[in-house]
Amino acid sequence: MKLIFEQHKEGRRGFTYEKADVPDAKPLAKKYCRKYDTNLSSVSELDVVRHYTNLSRLNFSVDTNFYPLGSCTMKYNPKFTERVASFDGFSQLHPLLPQLSGGGMLAQGALEVLYEAEKLLAEITGMAAFTTQPLAGAHGELTGAMLIAAYHKDKGARRKYVIVPDSSHGTNPASAAIAGYQVIVIPTGRDGYMDLNEYKNKLSTETAAVMLTCPDTLGIFNPHIKEIADMAHEAGALMYYDGANLNALLGKARPGDIGFDVVHINLHKTFATPHGGGGPGAGPVGVSGHLVDFLPIPRVIRRSDGTYALDYHSHKSIGYIAPFYGNFGVILKAYAYMLRLGKEGLIKAAEAAVLNANYCRARLKEHYDQTFDKACMHECVFSAARQVKNGVHALDIAKYLIDKGYHPPTVYFPMIVKEALMIEPTETESKETLDGFIDVMIEIARLAQSDPSAITRAPLNTPVKRLDETKAAREPNLRWKP
Amino acid sequence: MSYIPHTPEDIKQMLGVIGVTGIDELFKDIPAGLRPRSFDIPAGKSEAEVTRHLCRLAAKNATHLVNFVGAGFYDHFIPAAVDAIVNRPEFYTAYTPYQPECSQGWLQAIYEYQTVICELTGLDVSNASLYDGGTALYEALMMAVRLTGRNKIIVDSGVNLIYRTMLYTYTKNLSIEFVEIPVVHGQSSRTEFGKHLDEKAAAVILQNPNFFGAVDDYSDVVEQVHKFGALAIGSFYPVSLGKLKSPGEMGFDIATGEGQSLGIPLSFGGPYLGFMSAKKELVRQMPGRIVGATVDSEGKRGFVLTLQTREQHIRREKATSNICSNEALCALRAAVFASLLGREGLKELAEHNYQKAEFAKEELSRISGVEVKRSSPTFNEFTVQLPHHADEVVYRMIDKGFACGFPLGRYYKGMDNYLLIAVTEKRTKEDILGLAGSLEAVL
Repeated sequence: MKLIFEQHKEGRRGFTYEKADVPDAKPLAKKYCRKYDTNLSSVSELDVVRHYTNLSRLNFSVDTNFYPLGSCTMKYNPKFTERVASFDGFSQLHPLLPQLSGGGMLAQGALEVLYEAEKLLAEITGMAAFTTQPLAGAHGELTGAMLIAAYHKDKGARRKYVIVPDSSHGTNPASAAIAGYQVIVIPTGRDGYMDLNEYKNKLSTETAAVMLTCPDTLGIFNPHIKEIADMAHEAGALMYYDGANLNALLGKARPGDIGFDVVHINLHKTFATPHGGGGPGAGPVGVSGHLVDFLPIPRVIRRSDGTYALDYHSHKSIGYIAPFYGNFGVILKAYAYMLRLGKEGLIKAAEAAVLNANYCRARLKEHYDQTFDKACMHECVFSAARQVKNGVHALDIAKYLIDKGYHPPTVYFPMIVKEALMIEPTETESKETLDGFIDVMIEIARLAQSDPSAITRAPLNTPVKRLDETKAAREPNLRWKP
Repeated sequence: MSYIPHTPEDIKQMLGVIGVTGIDELFKDIPAGLRPRSFDIPAGKSEAEVTRHLCRLAAKNATHLVNFVGAGFYDHFIPAAVDAIVNRPEFYTAYTPYQPECSQGWLQAIYEYQTVICELTGLDVSNASLYDGGTALYEALMMAVRLTGRNKIIVDSGVNLIYRTMLYTYTKNLSIEFVEIPVVHGQSSRTEFGKHLDEKAAAVILQNPNFFGAVDDYSDVVEQVHKFGALAIGSFYPVSLGKLKSPGEMGFDIATGEGQSLGIPLSFGGPYLGFMSAKKELVRQMPGRIVGATVDSEGKRGFVLTLQTREQHIRREKATSNICSNEALCALRAAVFASLLGREGLKELAEHNYQKAEFAKEELSRISGVEVKRSSPTFNEFTVQLPHHADEVVYRMIDKGFACGFPLGRYYKGMDNYLLIAVTEKRTKEDILGLAGSLEAVL
């Protein structure tokens, strides 16, 4: 498709403002003004609407396609939450209003949403308190790492290391590193769990924290989790919970009860807010009692008269990590979702998510290898190692699935599984949808033996064929030029 | 209600295929001792009930006030076509475009967004978005530290205090030395910069217009910064770039800013849009996703996520940033907004903001006891000195139906009587006259 800039026609307008209703002011001195105009396109409103509408049709999305992208929890995003977030009372609200004197009463509804959402998240995860400020999961990790640093500093120690398993999300070591920590990576043992001996060897009084995903990125609940937490605590280290996979545990286990001290939640995963093609997300962070004082300011509090207010009085707080109170629009949708599902609904969501993943695993395990043959939780990880023998790689399988109208699973992650295919169906998909997908996966496994080129030449039904990524990286073309 | 489609018969069949007798068996790996100690969540509610509840909460927020509060976050008009596009589920229910063949719409839209940001800022390359203006500034700072191998950062105190505070929070455990340059008569002090600029400086951080609304031409500062081998980083208000000298024209190395003014609702603080553009030689140090154009196996143009060896999913602890999710949907808003306005619309928008703020300055300066600060030109926000504590005035003005501005005493010592007033294109002549009339009445 043409770029919007390639549809430019001099003199055409897509939006105009009414004539200014104020008298002309003295012009701004030239030295402050731009010399060169922008090259933004001149197009009509219809040009713009048709252009972006047609672009949207080139995407797979949850509303149009099954989207079993592992670790991303692409469940259905209920429509009513979109409507709620668009209410003027929320969408038009300036974030500084409650910071004006006498302004606290101007945003009571919004503050209540934040306060109540924090409370629900705390109960769901078993943590003492939450901050809604982190703007995405990785931002939550960074916030968590800074909370951990503040905690140790307060105890008079500057610990150096953060431990992560080699199966962790890339964001975990990246977040620890930019917070100033050195990262120690623990390999996965033959049993599919983090190598406990190696962990014991590396754990020391210089360990600030152990960052884990639970269930882990193989979709497995580690039975040694309590032991790992106890050992960390004995060494004076804190336990960090990466909440990417919380969907499996709703009402079944709580990070706080397991012994985690800091938790982030991806609201755009477990709590059904749409991922928007890459964002916005939201990554609220919960902490156990001994870390509450370090949470970012301001905190939302409920006063004895039932009104809500912002509290800046925390001398141990790590400070500001976001301009305001987090991605409010996202938190609001997640709050609406939690209210709608309630206790039973949340538990049922976890159950159906785990049921769906195990159903996929059961039907596919004859056809694909599993590096670690274990019952899974909310997602199952296969390897295309068997198919690779015939020249069919995980990437080829992904492309063939696209031709068949399915968004591929996550491929090549976790890195500890060769040719990984990570399938997370989520609870909102029906048996019929899963069967359709599984049938194609089985067809791929058969074709890989009988006619591998049928897979490797995919995709054929897409707007573009396989793209030259090497060229993209070697000769970066990152913007249109006139 | 969990939006689960399973019938009891489905569940039975699926359990049969798995080879277990009940769903509980699927959770047997969770030891009994680790089951929740409590799960005290209220029962679920109907869609109508939840909607009613949130409708009530929305009504408790005062959005009826005529808004003159800006301070970095502005009440601009959003064309309906922007909402229509971002409300297409093919956009908002997709994930990050990892698989380019089924994400060309998103990838092309981001490529167009990157172009818009480059055009506005006059720089070469842009990424696919960051969380907000503050985190974008922090990421730019980290780029400068990596690129120069130095650790001294000189920050102008005309940079939004919230952003400065965020920078301090993020770098608390790193060995970074900050020097703050005072603002003199609303503008950054060249003499002070001269005193602190040396070979230890990794970067100088400026904002235009600055927090007080003052417009500057930083070309001279940037020239000095480059003499010492440091980077010039700025935070910019994108709507102002329809009129004001661009960061590229002033020689900045990295431009960042809050993109909220480009078609994104105020929404009580987020989701917003951090943008970043830079000179092309810095691209391999940039954080976050970047989309590039390439060709497919048949030579047809297509788009992919590129230069990914910078990123956390490949480089892990050695990545340029930990960012994964960004603010793509807000970036789409910005791209659609900019496309609708076009070159002329953007100029018109900027001009309206300037003209209306100048008109407001004239009207307010007629009020006895009110002094409009005029030591520097401004764009659409300006500072006034009041005869009383600004907090009191703001409080009284709320009763009159106005959110009349942001009291500067909250952020700056000794400025208790100062008020920061923003006038966007949305404010009519009547609004402005109303503000002046009411202000006169409450003083």
